[in-house]
Amino acid sequence: MLAFLIQRVLQAIFVMVVVALIAFSLFHYVGDPVLNMVGQEATEADRAALRARLGLDQPLPIQFFQFIANAAQFEFGISYRSARPVTDMIVERLPATLELAIISAIFAVVMGIVLGIYTALNRGSWLSNFIMTASLIGVSLPTFLIGVLLIYLFAVELGWLPAFGRGQTVPVGDWWTTGLLTTSGLRSLILPAITLGLFQLTLIMRLVRAEMLEVLRADYIKFARARGLSKRVVNLRHALKNTLIPVITIIGLQLGTIIAFAIITETVFQWPGVGALFITAVRFVDIPVMAAYLMMIALVFVVINLIVDLLYYAVDPRLRVQGGAK
Amino acid sequence: MSDSQRVVTPLPKPSKLRAFLDSDIVYSWKRQPVVILATLVTLVMFAAALLAPWIAPQNPFDPRQLDLIDAFTPPLTTSDFTGNFYLLGSDSQGRDVFSAILYGSRISLLVGFAAVLFALVLGTSLGLLAGFRGGWRDALIMRIADVQLTFPSILMALLIFGVVRGFLPRSMHAEVAIIVLIVAIGLSDWVQYARAVRGATLVEKGKEYVQAARVIGLPARNILFQHILPNVMRPVLVIGTIGLALAIIAEATLSFLGVGMPATQPSLGTLIRVGQDYMFSGEWWILLFPGLALLMLALSVNLLGDWLRDVLNPKLR
Repeated sequence: MLAFLIQRVLQAIFVMVVVALIAFSLFHYVGDPVLNMVGQEATEADRAALRARLGLDQPLPIQFFQFIANAAQFEFGISYRSARPVTDMIVERLPATLELAIISAIFAVVMGIVLGIYTALNRGSWLSNFIMTASLIGVSLPTFLIGVLLIYLFAVELGWLPAFGRGQTVPVGDWWTTGLLTTSGLRSLILPAITLGLFQLTLIMRLVRAEMLEVLRADYIKFARARGLSKRVVNLRHALKNTLIPVITIIGLQLGTIIAFAIITETVFQWPGVGALFITAVRFVDIPVMAAYLMMIALVFVVINLIVDLLYYAVDPRLRVQGGAK
Repeated sequence: MSDSQRVVTPLPKPSKLRAFLDSDIVYSWKRQPVVILATLVTLVMFAAALLAPWIAPQNPFDPRQLDLIDAFTPPLTTSDFTGNFYLLGSDSQGRDVFSAILYGSRISLLVGFAAVLFALVLGTSLGLLAGFRGGWRDALIMRIADVQLTFPSILMALLIFGVVRGFLPRSMHAEVAIIVLIVAIGLSDWVQYARAVRGATLVEKGKEYVQAARVIGLPARNILFQHILPNVMRPVLVIGTIGLALAIIAEATLSFLGVGMPATQPSLGTLIRVGQDYMFSGEWWILLFPGLALLMLALSVNLLGDWLRDVLNPKLR
């Protein structure tokens, strides 16, 4: 257990250091940060003073260490484009991204499991076939195209739902603003959440269906039927429970994917989240914002993977016997 | 004449073409109408992209051929002003949407193929190296692969694109966009090839023909490229076909986000991004037709890839 844990944690740290190195070198090889900050009329002495104040006259390893120390305190400097602290910009946009990600994850998980069970139990019915075919198209369709088509249908043609933005938001606590408490906020959330969740939905549905079909063939299900248990109990209590173990791990892994794909959805719907901020930063080569996002997304992924690995370990006893060797 | 005296003439060896037509692949192809349809759509779209300069009614990027007065002509309409016919309508510049799609799919396919080739060569080489040499090289390459697999490839492509762009001077961005895009998508997708090739190499390495080649003293390079490589290519080709659909989608996504191909050299993704602006004012065709073209392309290449995977290597499923 301990060896496994240490190995995973070391790997996580290794990833973070590599990402930090990339982010750090972005800062230091893309032009002179001092030139970016002072005006043209600054003298050489001013520049040297600023360089010393920023610690840029130190040797590179010390600067890198300083960068990591700052990053650990969520300190990424000032955006080149809007001249505001990057941390503030990210923090004020975080609620929008998290609300979108969580709602679409719930949508994907609930609908995915329900549709997966339905298509497994009613194999060959026309509705199942329709759902399966539709899911194949859903997998092939790029996320942004789904979003654009949904906007066209529901916002432009039918006029039912807003096409962009987050609607009205209300503050909750010190820094969190939520769109979940207003009608316009909820209405604005529907299309982006469907767009973001659709891919995960098809994935979860196909997985649940495949696992369910496998489990339904098992002997203990036959035995449960032979005992005269009702269909409902057999299907939902005996079969579903055993289906869910692999499904839960996939859902865990997909959480990171949802956050990644939020970049696309946020851009399509002009959703004021962190992903849209990152895209703008890439377009305008706003390096502090890029570096901060890079570190943030890497941290999210590393933490999720670590948790999933540990969950695996807890759920699957075979890993324990082999001493953590995968 | 009794049976025993009859001279047995061996069947003539079937010609290469005949052998191909009788193979499992063709048999399975003929039995699946969806796959036949996907092949046809793919071939037509490839041909249309390749022949764009000859079949497109106009060159959409030659300003002399555009008539601003024809802007926003609806589909299937002949312009009242110039008498030009617009099959799929025209955009804000009077550019024929049909021609723009032909030229756009050319760029989409170019980036897709190049990115897949890049990923394929890189992944196969690293996979061969890891599988054949083992040791620390294997450990290092596979560790990197593990790490990269934890990030979705579209995010990886986006991050690589952003980082590479950050290192390049601003004035070069538009010119080298296509190369940066190819490298970013290629780098985001090599892991699959490396893993498959490494696994296959490990299996092949222990087989007798490789031992025999070693015994007769062939240099490692020859064994690797002439003996092992041909035997590990099957999964690579399957992954490559599926990878093509993914690369086309990745390119379209990046271009749609405004961080891929610039508007002066639009791919299908760029066209969709531009079209989105006109969706609200009623010019739906500028958005919808490039979208449909991308959908058809991605869907049919995907179907072909899935089919090929099932035929060639059911284990990869």
